[in-house]
Amino acid sequence: MSAPEIVANEEGALGRLAPEGLDATHGVVLYLEDISVSFDGFRALNKLSLQIDVGELRCVIGPNGAGKTTMMDVITGKTRPDEGSAFFGQTIDLTRLTEAEIAHEGIGRKFQKPTIFEQLSVFENLELAMKADKRVRRTLFSVLKSEQKDLISQTLKTIRLQESAERLAGLLSHGQKQWLEIGMLLMQEPKLLLLDEPVAGMSDEETERTGELFLALAGKHSLVVVEHDMAFIEKIARKVTVLHEGSVLAEGPMQQVQNDPKVIEVYLGR
Amino acid sequence: MSRLYGTKGWVLLGIFASILFIVFPVLSLQVSDQNSFHLSQYWVTLVGKIMCYAIVAIAMDLIWGYTGILSLGHGLFFALGGYSMGMYLMRQIGREGQYQSDLPDFMVFLDWKEYPWHWWNTEHFWYAALLVVLVPGLLALVFGFFAFRSRVRGVYFSIITQALTFAAMLAFFRNAMGFGGNNGFTDFKRVLGLPITTPETRMILFAATGIVLIGTLLLARWIVTSKFGRVLTAIRDAETRVAFCGYNTVHYKIAIFTLSAVICGVAGALYVPQVGIINPSEMSPANSIEIAIWVAVGGRGTLAGAILGAGVVNGAKSFFTQAFPEYWLYALGLIFILVTLFLPRGMVGALQRQRREAAR
Repeated sequence: MSAPEIVANEEGALGRLAPEGLDATHGVVLYLEDISVSFDGFRALNKLSLQIDVGELRCVIGPNGAGKTTMMDVITGKTRPDEGSAFFGQTIDLTRLTEAEIAHEGIGRKFQKPTIFEQLSVFENLELAMKADKRVRRTLFSVLKSEQKDLISQTLKTIRLQESAERLAGLLSHGQKQWLEIGMLLMQEPKLLLLDEPVAGMSDEETERTGELFLALAGKHSLVVVEHDMAFIEKIARKVTVLHEGSVLAEGPMQQVQNDPKVIEVYLGR
Repeated sequence: MSRLYGTKGWVLLGIFASILFIVFPVLSLQVSDQNSFHLSQYWVTLVGKIMCYAIVAIAMDLIWGYTGILSLGHGLFFALGGYSMGMYLMRQIGREGQYQSDLPDFMVFLDWKEYPWHWWNTEHFWYAALLVVLVPGLLALVFGFFAFRSRVRGVYFSIITQALTFAAMLAFFRNAMGFGGNNGFTDFKRVLGLPITTPETRMILFAATGIVLIGTLLLARWIVTSKFGRVLTAIRDAETRVAFCGYNTVHYKIAIFTLSAVICGVAGALYVPQVGIINPSEMSPANSIEIAIWVAVGGRGTLAGAILGAGVVNGAKSFFTQAFPEYWLYALGLIFILVTLFLPRGMVGALQRQRREAAR
């Protein structure tokens, strides 16, 4: 784990105080430039450049193998790019941090398959995810404060699971589990949320509600949604990025992207 | 108080405590041995011994039932606690051994002239008590640090803990270790200056074990109902997600493994003066596996189940080893298979499920 105070002190001794945490003064939360990643000669990402603004809700689409998941891996530190730079805000170089440090800086990621703590209640799942001192001794003697309880019930409301607060998480429906996981990410108070196929396996009604949830979250958080479900994208998309063979093929409002002949050829037309 | 148990739980615990601390002493010490209600020494020792096992079962439940880490080396921590206390008990024999020497008989037999270095200070009870906690605790801390940091998980962890206890057993079999070789320590005469075989001393040891058992149960209950306990359960269910939430799971696993080992050590220290012997067979791999069976039979992740499992399996064991000695291992295997097939969540787990379904 990094200790931001210490870094700040050392920098301070040199006469320039490093800003703590995320510096998004220029309105950009994520900045990828010319990222390339190869696996055994296969170019998963090819000079990919992408910029996400603060509070933006961005949808990323593309055929299988376009590099969507690899892009997420680079952002969360799971994969190191061969070349290119990835910055979180102005100052945080993502290519130098570990997965846990990146999570700590405020990037939350939801995987395709929901992973929650099945034997704990919904409330307890959120409690564990909550931003707090997570060292052993503090956790042993920790008592929930009332504002923390409020925060949890607020999140329960956001993800529409108030009724199920005391249920075991393992008993939730698939869609509810997805929501719970999103709720757990929210409890960590991330600045950027990466969501990998969040509506996979959801019923139509659940999908609809998820769309509403994302629209409500945008603004407070920045969201990047990777999805195959075009109907879903159409509902929530403001700005869409189409990936193809590891780089950006088109970018813009849904209407414009849908009518782009290049996009129709590689993706939508099929 | 209310966090640990509901009213019903406290009442049950109260009944359990009054059986241990009122019924047993009265029937054993106050009722004359002509009376058919008299409790013989046999029963006091047997129940005392089983309570030691129950303490071990609680320790096992914390690490296996709640955290999902199956340690098959817990017999080692138990034995180390036992040997630490055993050294003190050997010093308490004084010159009353066979050879009337200042040294324990086995050292005279080996023609040693003085105590080896690791017996230093063991004539003091406080020092022995310190060893009881520190030796298993430090071993678990160091072993856990390396194993968990290297991300040794699942069956691999079980195998290396099994190897650890086996290696320790082979080492303790050697006379040169200074722990009495394969005979271990026995023929104790006194503990804290009291003659060890009188009914009164036995009852004191019995009551001390009962206090530790109930104390361990409450401590474990306090832990599993804390946020720390919920992190342990979360590690069992989805460890990578816990790490993504920002918890250092290695620290959590080391902490609970060490605590579990210390509890085993204390149980071993209470066991040795009651049973009157400690030898390397306590470290045999089979013993450690048996501990896991107690917890599985009683119900993983239910502390009361661990106590119940230790009681039922060991009760059956002492019945079988007297009535049909050659069939005990078959019976144990059968119990384990039946429980796995029909009560996958153990006896207490099955009870809980029944109650939930009845409530529906």
